[in-house]
Amino acid sequence: MHTELFTIATPPEPTLGKPALVEKLRQFLTSDAVLCDEELLRPYECDALSAYRHLPMIVVLPSTLDQIQQIMRLCYQHNVPVIARGAGTGLSGGATPAGDGVVMSLAKFISILEVDPIARTAVVQPGVRNLAISQAVAAHGLYYAPDPSSQIACTIGGNVAENSGGVHCLKYGLTVHNVRKVKLVTMDGELITLGSDSLDSSGYDLLALINGSEGMLGVVVEVTVKLTPIPERAQVVLAAFNDVEKAGGAVSDIIAAGIIPGGLEMMDKLAVQAAEDFVHVGYPTDAEAILLCEIDGTNEEVSEQIRIVHEVMHQSGATEVRTARDEEERQAFWKGRKAAFPAVGRLAPDYYCMDGTIPRKHLPYILRRMAELSIEYDLRVANVFHAGDGNLHPLILYDANHPGELARTEEFGGKILELCIEVGGSITGEHGVGIEKLQQMHLQFNYEELTQFHAVKHVFDPKGLLNPGKAVPTPKRCSEYKQLPSQNEDKHQHKACTSS
Amino acid sequence: MNQDISQTLQQQILSALETGSQLQIQGGGSKHFLGHISKSTPLQVSAHQGIISYDPVELVVTARAGTRLSELENTLAEQNQMLPFEPPHFGPLATLGGTIACGLAGPSRSFSGSARDYVLGVKMINGKGEILNFGGQVMKNVAGYDCSRLMAGAMGTLGVLLEVSLKVLPKPAAEITLVQSKTPEQAIDAMNHWSGKSLPLSAGCYVNGQLYLRLNGAKTAVDGAHKVIGGELLNDSAEFWTSIKEHQHTFFQSTLPLWRLSVPAKTPVLTLSGENLIDWCGAQRWLFSDHDADHIRKDISELGGHATLFRRQSELMADTYQLPDTNIMQLHQRLKLAFDPAGIFNPGRLYPGL
Repeated sequence: MHTELFTIATPPEPTLGKPALVEKLRQFLTSDAVLCDEELLRPYECDALSAYRHLPMIVVLPSTLDQIQQIMRLCYQHNVPVIARGAGTGLSGGATPAGDGVVMSLAKFISILEVDPIARTAVVQPGVRNLAISQAVAAHGLYYAPDPSSQIACTIGGNVAENSGGVHCLKYGLTVHNVRKVKLVTMDGELITLGSDSLDSSGYDLLALINGSEGMLGVVVEVTVKLTPIPERAQVVLAAFNDVEKAGGAVSDIIAAGIIPGGLEMMDKLAVQAAEDFVHVGYPTDAEAILLCEIDGTNEEVSEQIRIVHEVMHQSGATEVRTARDEEERQAFWKGRKAAFPAVGRLAPDYYCMDGTIPRKHLPYILRRMAELSIEYDLRVANVFHAGDGNLHPLILYDANHPGELARTEEFGGKILELCIEVGGSITGEHGVGIEKLQQMHLQFNYEELTQFHAVKHVFDPKGLLNPGKAVPTPKRCSEYKQLPSQNEDKHQHKACTSS
Repeated sequence: MNQDISQTLQQQILSALETGSQLQIQGGGSKHFLGHISKSTPLQVSAHQGIISYDPVELVVTARAGTRLSELENTLAEQNQMLPFEPPHFGPLATLGGTIACGLAGPSRSFSGSARDYVLGVKMINGKGEILNFGGQVMKNVAGYDCSRLMAGAMGTLGVLLEVSLKVLPKPAAEITLVQSKTPEQAIDAMNHWSGKSLPLSAGCYVNGQLYLRLNGAKTAVDGAHKVIGGELLNDSAEFWTSIKEHQHTFFQSTLPLWRLSVPAKTPVLTLSGENLIDWCGAQRWLFSDHDADHIRKDISELGGHATLFRRQSELMADTYQLPDTNIMQLHQRLKLAFDPAGIFNPGRLYPGL
């Protein structure tokens, strides 16, 4: 029989202390690119899931590819963990530092290296912001389609690491569908190229594997993205429902009519009210749920499909259906949706953003169960939902200053993820596992599957030094978790999650 | 036909492990010509059949790997849906598993995406005989590494596919194909030009001096785009594109070796001599040529592409697939070990020694 050809990576002991490592780093980095004092390290202690914090040993800010490779070689040689970091907008703690590790910020890699309007591609450095790509290519009538809510701030390197989505996924795909080529530096400092300028490459689809690998397999140092022609026209319909199930039914009815909207978003009453109070865009605040359905394409097809959407919404029981009168109103309809997270954030001192996905038909059941759990845990929850692709973002409202409330929130959140698995969904659609959902990974995957993930990790990073302890739990914890559901009041410092 | 033989397949794999033998995974045999077939024990998957779940409004179908591709497409068509990557069959017995393992896509590739783009999840058996599930039946899923998309195009070298879940889409309401007489240079320019516009373009191909552009979408959109692009309407659009996809077009009647060249779409007319057909709006070129394989591969690599020896007279001629760079090849070897440590699946089918 076979033998195990890898061991589950427990990072080996570092062979260099902090002072010696700092000295070696400063041999090829300027002193302001090697941070080691506590006050300078503090901003790097967490990402946007700030409930999880850990001060890194050192932060480095390389500015050349050669420096990245040198940092990686040095850390590899001395068994020092490395955590790559983009803008720190991640919501699952994927960029949480390790106490004995180096955080490598890619903040200085902000150049758009090449835009090719004929090939419809852009070559960008990893620290380029998602929205900056679309802005840079707009003059060519092109844009970069994936648009996570954090697109003003989040970077393309992080988007690749998380396989980020956004509101246009159903029609335009995720990051994995919109990236042609990635240059990656592996833990031993080697530079490799995955994908190509053609539509495919010979052999295994390593590019697919890298997307969503949460910075565990390599550091993304350059990305070639596919650009999409800006649609001639986009138009949005807002429909109000007095019943959440009817709104869910309308989503299915639109798809059954053969329409794939550019965006199809649902917000429940609490989210609608919060958004309206915040940005005043004229949302119907008495509705139990609203749907925003955007159609894009050529002028003729938008007109034709908007008419169909209008009819379908009425037939599905909408109490009110509005088509944006002009571009200004279209932007206003979206403004409310885009402001939903911060708007809900105003309702309570803290909120916790979840990210499960489900087959859409189970939405009514999930919402009903969530309402019951909301009563059981005595915590309010607002729902924002990428309805087109079944991606739920329940926002649990809490106050971290109330003893025990964060722990209760996390347990509630865990239950929501368990519900998603129960109906055949996933614990994360676009935010990643990070450290936040390690426990739920045991529910979604069995021992053999988790072991297979570790084998993949071992292919790229045999010492287990890159972003250790994230995304894939150690398989042996499976049985423990199943016996001991939640929880962990003291495992990390309490701090509000205040951004999204 | 509905039959679950996963236990049998698992047993066969476990006994291969015990006896140290190797297995060649067989579906319908329609893509037998791709890659080197080793002299190993056949593992017949085509009896593992049946659509397990299909709910049209969810836009997801899950089927066993041995399910005939034709059955799957017919089932989708009954609900006015389709596989958006338009996989070629290359024979009536083509299966879902083989389609994904080979990772081939049809005329819509440059607009709608590839086989892997539509893979949402797989159930598979790895080389340790373990039945594993990756991905799922939902559109978005970033839990764990994307092992399911990794299976697309892996030629069965990482495991045996048992079930595949795919995203499906509604069939467009209308389809027309426009034909224009062009030189190859003009055709490449036109394909790249129109690809960058907000138009319902869904395929572009150039053969025998004619540029064919397919439009798919709402009737009004297709008609509107016809006015913008111009050209003669082709009589039977669907028939033409099927003939290109399935290599039944007269262009493909040659006894010379057939090369599939994957290149950047804006690559100019090839300097390699031989009859060629431009597909995928420029990104895929089919070439009949008896040039030396190394010569072709060197030329195409310099253009940023790779060359597959798609059909040939003799296995001895050259390897089917172009070898990647050394560091990428090492990753292939290590991934192979990670999924199939004893090397039992499809030895050498993708690359020699893998």
